[in-house]
Amino acid sequence: MNNPKVGVLYSRVRVEEKLLFEAFEKRGVQLDLLDDQKLIFDITDVKNHPYQDYDVIVERCINHSRALYSLKILNDQGVKTVNTALCADICGNKLMTTSALAAAGVPQPKALVAYTADSALEAIETLGYPVVLKPTVGSWGRLLSKVNDRDAAETILEHKETLGSYHHSIFYIQEYIKKPGRDIRAFQVGPETICAIYRTSPNWITNTARGGSSSNCPITPELADICTRAAKACGGGVVALDLFEDPDRGLLVNEVNYTMEFRNSIAPTNVNIPDRMVDFCLDVAKNGWNAANGWSGDAPHLASISLAEGASA
Amino acid sequence: MPIETASGQAQCPECFADVTLTKVMQNEITQCPGCGAELEITSLEPLTLSLAPQEEEDWGE
Repeated sequence: MNNPKVGVLYSRVRVEEKLLFEAFEKRGVQLDLLDDQKLIFDITDVKNHPYQDYDVIVERCINHSRALYSLKILNDQGVKTVNTALCADICGNKLMTTSALAAAGVPQPKALVAYTADSALEAIETLGYPVVLKPTVGSWGRLLSKVNDRDAAETILEHKETLGSYHHSIFYIQEYIKKPGRDIRAFQVGPETICAIYRTSPNWITNTARGGSSSNCPITPELADICTRAAKACGGGVVALDLFEDPDRGLLVNEVNYTMEFRNSIAPTNVNIPDRMVDFCLDVAKNGWNAANGWSGDAPHLASISLAEGASA
Repeated sequence: MPIETASGQAQCPECFADVTLTKVMQNEITQCPGCGAELEITSLEPLTLSLAPQEEEDWGE
């Protein structure tokens, strides 16, 4: 495959997308930009569709819903994508991520799920204060609540039930980890943990989108092992993992992100992250998803609630 | 197909300052140096800026 045809599905051209476009152009690929605001899919035609000529389509949508549905349609049409619909389905929903990590035995903070305010309150008191309430779908630290006592719990649960959409009545309650003023953001490309940063903040939310500062985090064998196992549990591909350092239990995986942002991580790690992403995408185009992930007979068999079939492009 | 870019000036729709743009793409996000508003390049010819869309519930990584 000398001159592969690559599509990039995107919503807005942020720093990350521009770096990716440049990295693809340097490889001399045929690059098409697919604006998700203009796309119309004929989801009934899996044989004669405009995407059959692409060797791979790379998803960079800003909306989880658009990414998930587009990947599902493309995978069902037989188009190779990075990442897959299955990966997006698991990583785009914290409940699904936690369940997949648990099934694979990957260490993570304890989390409980409840469907009513009463049962959620009971779950919170079972875990013990403080706890963290999170929307199952969301990013950048939005709508996270650190609940310190029963008064706060009752108030937040009532607000979520009354003011939120039905998603907010799926109560995802996570143990609060007393992290050392920082967490770890690690970048996984196929079978390799390519680099990581510490995200340091005086706030309990350490996202760089919320002002956390970044510095290089060395890749230890322990970090690479947990990241590789977590990524595989969530469908593989190119993902960014957020990890806590628990003083007693060691590394715990908090989240796995499938449309990763990396602008603040290139300089501290000195790793050309977009170039490594392009390597993986071209590997998928040439050799397929399992080979690019380094999987052979041990490819994971993953169950998914909303998108179970057809995502193994 | 090379990615199309443009350079030049466009007006910020929020504070009406002239914003200098260098090799920008359609749909690229930038920030007004005058008022700090987040802006989107909505046309390359002529170069046009609009306020970037507000963050939605399922936006993210």
